[in-house]
Amino acid sequence: MDHIAQGIDLVVQDVTVAYNNGHVALHDASFSLNPGTICALVGVNGSGKSTLFKAIMGFVRPVRGTVRIAGDPVKAAHKKNWVAYVPQSEDVDWSFPVSVWDVVLMGRYGYMNFLRIPGAQDKRLAMESLERVKMTEFKDRQIGELSGGQKKRVFLARALAQQGRIILLDEPFTGVDFKTEGAIIALLRELRDDGHIILVSTHNLGTVPEFCDQVVMINRTVLAFGPTETTFTEENLALAFGGALRHLRLDHTDVPGAERNELVVLTDDEGALVVGAGGRLERRKARNDDQKAGSEP
Amino acid sequence: MTRIFEPFQYGFMIEALLVAALIGAVCAVLSCYLVLEGWSLMGDAISHAVLPGIVLAYIVGAPLALGAFLSGLVCAGSTGWIKTHSRVKEDTVMGIVFTGLFALGLVMFSRVQTDVHLNHILFGSLLGIERSDMIQATVTASIALCVMLALRKDLLLYCFDQNHAKVVGMNTTFLHYLLLSVLSATIVAALQAVGIILTVAMLITPGCIAYLISDRFDRMLLIAVISAVFSALVGTYVSYFLDGATGSCIVLTQALLFVLAMVLAPKHGLLAARRIARASPVTVDLP
Amino acid sequence: MIEYLLSPFHYDLMLKAMFVSAMIGGVCACLSCFVTLKGWSLMGDALSHAVVPGVSLAYMLGLPFALGAFVSGILAALCMGFIKSRTRIREDAVIGIVFTTFFAAGVLMISLYPSNIKLNTIVFGNILGIAAGDIWQMLIISSVTMLVVALKWRDLLLHSFDPNQARAIGLNVGVLHVTLLTLLAATAVAALQAVGACLVVAMLVTPGATAYLLTDRFGRMMIIAMVMGVLTSLIGAYVSFFVNASTGGCIVVLQTAVFLTALMLAPKHGVIASWLKGRASVTALMTGVPGEPVPSGAVMR
Repeated sequence: MDHIAQGIDLVVQDVTVAYNNGHVALHDASFSLNPGTICALVGVNGSGKSTLFKAIMGFVRPVRGTVRIAGDPVKAAHKKNWVAYVPQSEDVDWSFPVSVWDVVLMGRYGYMNFLRIPGAQDKRLAMESLERVKMTEFKDRQIGELSGGQKKRVFLARALAQQGRIILLDEPFTGVDFKTEGAIIALLRELRDDGHIILVSTHNLGTVPEFCDQVVMINRTVLAFGPTETTFTEENLALAFGGALRHLRLDHTDVPGAERNELVVLTDDEGALVVGAGGRLERRKARNDDQKAGSEP
Repeated sequence: MTRIFEPFQYGFMIEALLVAALIGAVCAVLSCYLVLEGWSLMGDAISHAVLPGIVLAYIVGAPLALGAFLSGLVCAGSTGWIKTHSRVKEDTVMGIVFTGLFALGLVMFSRVQTDVHLNHILFGSLLGIERSDMIQATVTASIALCVMLALRKDLLLYCFDQNHAKVVGMNTTFLHYLLLSVLSATIVAALQAVGIILTVAMLITPGCIAYLISDRFDRMLLIAVISAVFSALVGTYVSYFLDGATGSCIVLTQALLFVLAMVLAPKHGLLAARRIARASPVTVDLP
Repeated sequence: MIEYLLSPFHYDLMLKAMFVSAMIGGVCACLSCFVTLKGWSLMGDALSHAVVPGVSLAYMLGLPFALGAFVSGILAALCMGFIKSRTRIREDAVIGIVFTTFFAAGVLMISLYPSNIKLNTIVFGNILGIAAGDIWQMLIISSVTMLVVALKWRDLLLHSFDPNQARAIGLNVGVLHVTLLTLLAATAVAALQAVGACLVVAMLVTPGATAYLLTDRFGRMMIIAMVMGVLTSLIGAYVSFFVNASTGGCIVVLQTAVFLTALMLAPKHGVIASWLKGRASVTALMTGVPGEPVPSGAVMR
């Protein structure tokens, strides 16, 4: 599976991470991504999603296994500015005294000299990145003065300015309205077409088939990995989420072309509201099925 | 009229004013980072924890500043270690470590006969500072200032987003210990001149004043430095006439500026908040 | 030899000092459990410094020092609450600004109006020179504090653990908050005389943190903390007689030593215990023996 295509690929092999207190957060995780792909990383809370991210970013050292980026170890990839990271909104101090422009320029720090004085090229690339995410007019705003979607776009612009080849996004759709979500997805598709590897950690299952080419399902290890069509299946989801997933099986549907008169809704932490014909609520029906599904295996 | 200029006739007053202003400026620059990093009380902890180092250095005949510096680093290092290796919260750990070191210093201090006055360390003696101490403080403070200004963008990114800093290849462990070392060095320089309590105040208040007034880091640095230097000068000057503790006068001047900023700051001040609330009475912030 | 070891007990002064330290150690330890769980360590530090202007003013006006200290401590707490709720500055910075300002005001007052009050007494404590009247003040403060805690510890515990739940079941959270602050300020005042402003925070933090490392039950935590507080204070005062060093310093050094021992050796949460556990689970993983931390559902390859 791990053949090297042109450009930069990401190979995670047998990665096992244990923390100081003896907690093994991830073991024997393996998968590899070729350039030009959007890959979703799905799993329940505490399944090791963030640990895997940390391993790829080199913040934790695996006790076994390796992460290689274009054949290089992670530290070397950092020096080449290959890995870019878009943090989760909750992890950012939004009252920090920096402007949008300051944040985007931070993407260029790896290229700047000791005193981090931006050169002409740094400024040009930062400007282009801002234009690409359509945030030029907000250049001088303090970051806290932006809406949820704008905040996300600023950090995407930082990743663009950094010219990262592998872009890691941590829960990019929390605190973002439906319309902005579409805009972000469109941008990610553009980046994929440019040959970037985009790895998205998310528990927003509904959007996965919409924009992800590949899926990695994890629960302390990689349970399944492959193209979305063949991997993002009901069985695999049940495997990854166990009983944590709400399983709603409805006995009639309006979905055109559905083979049976049946609709299956899978959702994790957000309870789905399912409205049947004539606005009749289908929750009760669903809950009954939920119990049945739980006793099946 | 001559009474107003009286303090400036004395060489020691001029020197005291200059040293106070320089140390005020260095502490102000540091305070901006500390406020943003959430380390406000690290200054408190380290400045108490230097005591055993000072006493030990005195016993073995090493420079007091060196002992103080090392002791400060021990405090910062062990706080970090205990925090990562136990389930006790960081502020609690800090409280335990610095009081433990301070108490150790006190016990050692009462066992040796020194000509170091504990009161000078605690409350400072800006007007009675010795020449050699003054030079030492000036040199240390200048070096700390240069390091911070040269690396100000790296340190800013470190405070803002450590993960990004690591990903673009910066050595964040180095930056962490650099900030701690600069903090320890500054505290050592400031202690001899102004004492522990004033040092703690100088390491918090200017940064907070600036944070209330500005939303841009460079402006914040500037405001912090100006307010610190202003209070250092005014405080020292006033203390001459009051014949009261110099350090306290400086702290109180800073506190006054803080209250002013809190009320009058253009965007984040109390008056501004009231104006905004009145302008849009529909949006009520629930606590 | 035994005669030598018993010699401190021949002095009235020492007996008094040991009694007072033990009492204060116990009360502080009792409160320290709440302080540790609530994350109020810095509040203890701040309050103990903030009482200084009150103490100096009380001495100047001839009022009981506990009264002045108490009022000034509560005033500082109110200032912190106000600034924190009205500005965007973080709590730790607010605490720092307020307590240094109060302390500076106190030092300035003393430097302007030198009286018979010694700054050193406030900052380092002077338990050997304690007056009979002060002992009475401490006795009253301690017994009131213990009484309140004994009656309301469940409410205070819930308040520290989950203020929202406390509010939901109809407890008056505001009153609880102020009660805890008041107890803290009162105890800080009592401890001031024994160990001084700089070290009060140790008595208000270390026993609770040590007990927290040793047990997972609140009742046991309280008992461990209090036993430790009383014993370390007794022994610290006793030892200080022999080494001829500051009593407060000896007590706190002893407490820190006990904390460090617990940190390393605690049966479940100690450094050594968790290191061993970590090694065991990694080895189990390496050798393929299914170790305890890997959930059964995850081993499927």
